[in-house]
Amino acid sequence: MYEQIAANRRKTIVLIAGAIVLLGAVGYVLGLLYASGPVGVVGAVALATVMSVGSYFAGDKLVLASTRARPVTLEEQPRLHNIVEGLSIAAGIPKPKIYVVPEAALNAFATGRNPEHASVAVTEGLLGSLNRVELEGVIGHELAHVVDRDILVGTVVATLVGAIVLISEFFMRSWWWGGVRGRRGSDRSGGGAEAIIFAIGLVLLILAPIIGQVIRLAVSRQREFLADAQGAMLTRYPPGLAAALRKIAAGASVPMHSANNATAHLWLNQPSRVQGEGMGTLEKLFSTHPPIEERIRRLEEM
Amino acid sequence: MSWLWIVLAIVGVLLLVAIWIYNRLVALRNRVDNGWSQIDVQLRRRYDLIPNLVSTVQGYATHERELFEHVTEARARAIDTTAVTDQAQAEDRITQGVRQLLAVAENYPDLKANENFLSLQEELTGTESKIAYARQFYNDQVARLNTLIGSFPSSLIAGTFGFREREFFNIEDPVRGPTTVEFPG
Repeated sequence: MYEQIAANRRKTIVLIAGAIVLLGAVGYVLGLLYASGPVGVVGAVALATVMSVGSYFAGDKLVLASTRARPVTLEEQPRLHNIVEGLSIAAGIPKPKIYVVPEAALNAFATGRNPEHASVAVTEGLLGSLNRVELEGVIGHELAHVVDRDILVGTVVATLVGAIVLISEFFMRSWWWGGVRGRRGSDRSGGGAEAIIFAIGLVLLILAPIIGQVIRLAVSRQREFLADAQGAMLTRYPPGLAAALRKIAAGASVPMHSANNATAHLWLNQPSRVQGEGMGTLEKLFSTHPPIEERIRRLEEM
Repeated sequence: MSWLWIVLAIVGVLLLVAIWIYNRLVALRNRVDNGWSQIDVQLRRRYDLIPNLVSTVQGYATHERELFEHVTEARARAIDTTAVTDQAQAEDRITQGVRQLLAVAENYPDLKANENFLSLQEELTGTESKIAYARQFYNDQVARLNTLIGSFPSSLIAGTFGFREREFFNIEDPVRGPTTVEFPG
């Protein structure tokens, strides 16, 4: 269990470092082409940061509103409140605000920028079909996201990828309109090596947004594994979450109405996926969550 | 002249490390204290709930007198003790007693349908698991504090400023797992 947690943390760091390197490379290429130095990169990073800071502070309210989540009181849901409070004690964080999403599908999510501003939401379907031990497993997973500040991790990654996308968009547009100064320069000197570098740079700029998205999704998947392992550390009972995930996998054909692409990564289980089918490599690469069977298997190994 | 700078730099780094260790010790000690008060809050909550539970069950299950006495006595003893290990044992007995009381209800359909009993059942189950989680948090923090106090070089700082190792709050009986009594609710 401890090894899984450490390995997941390492992978997140490697992936974020990869995104930073990619951003640096894209910026370098752009500087080369425009002979403008780091101005473009700084601009793109600044713009992406402003956008991300906004979503960091207002994101939880937007998410809760878009899923039509409704706050519930202790009297309405004593079991849910007791479980959340107990696991918050175990995690050493304040008790988060508790919401219920009016959906029959089995799912849950956590949001909020830090443990002091956290919210946990579960669907009505989840409350109806999980027993206490399974619900504890799910809440443990969600509180692990809160403890790990996964909203912050997600924001950082989104900022990096956003900057990469902005830079290559900018490049593509200006190239389309024929404003690339560096290109004319290389034509004049006629150097073969420069032409090759230019070609590589061009390919990099075209591929960068896709690679950036792949990195972002890989971070998201790592954080899911990490939250599974840490949630199990909180409940000290991995089979609880495993049993919950099995029920969720079995009931995954129930459609979720309030989930969309913008919030897909937040949920306990990816809302859009068809369960039971094996996943191709390409599908795995573009998923926000690891396959549920793989998550169950790892929990059983703990 | 350059020697002086090197010595000053080393002293500076050592001082920073010492400050960092000291702050870490203080933070952990506070978390241990906080963990202990969390346990205390939940234990008190349970002391308050037990008389309610006993009187509710008594109304229906009249021939379980021995069990009522056992639970009431265990509660009184737990309130009286102050030492960490004694209290852990006393609480262990309460936990078993409460679990038996709740299990007894299975034999009395009228009791099982009683709304007061049902909400008490959820309250007690919730409090039981909060006690378990508070204990888990407390023990985790004690383990971290004791490790820091016991290892070098933090042991030097801990010794100088009088940080002492804390006692674990141990109960042998595992609370969750396959043996858990499930109360649907």
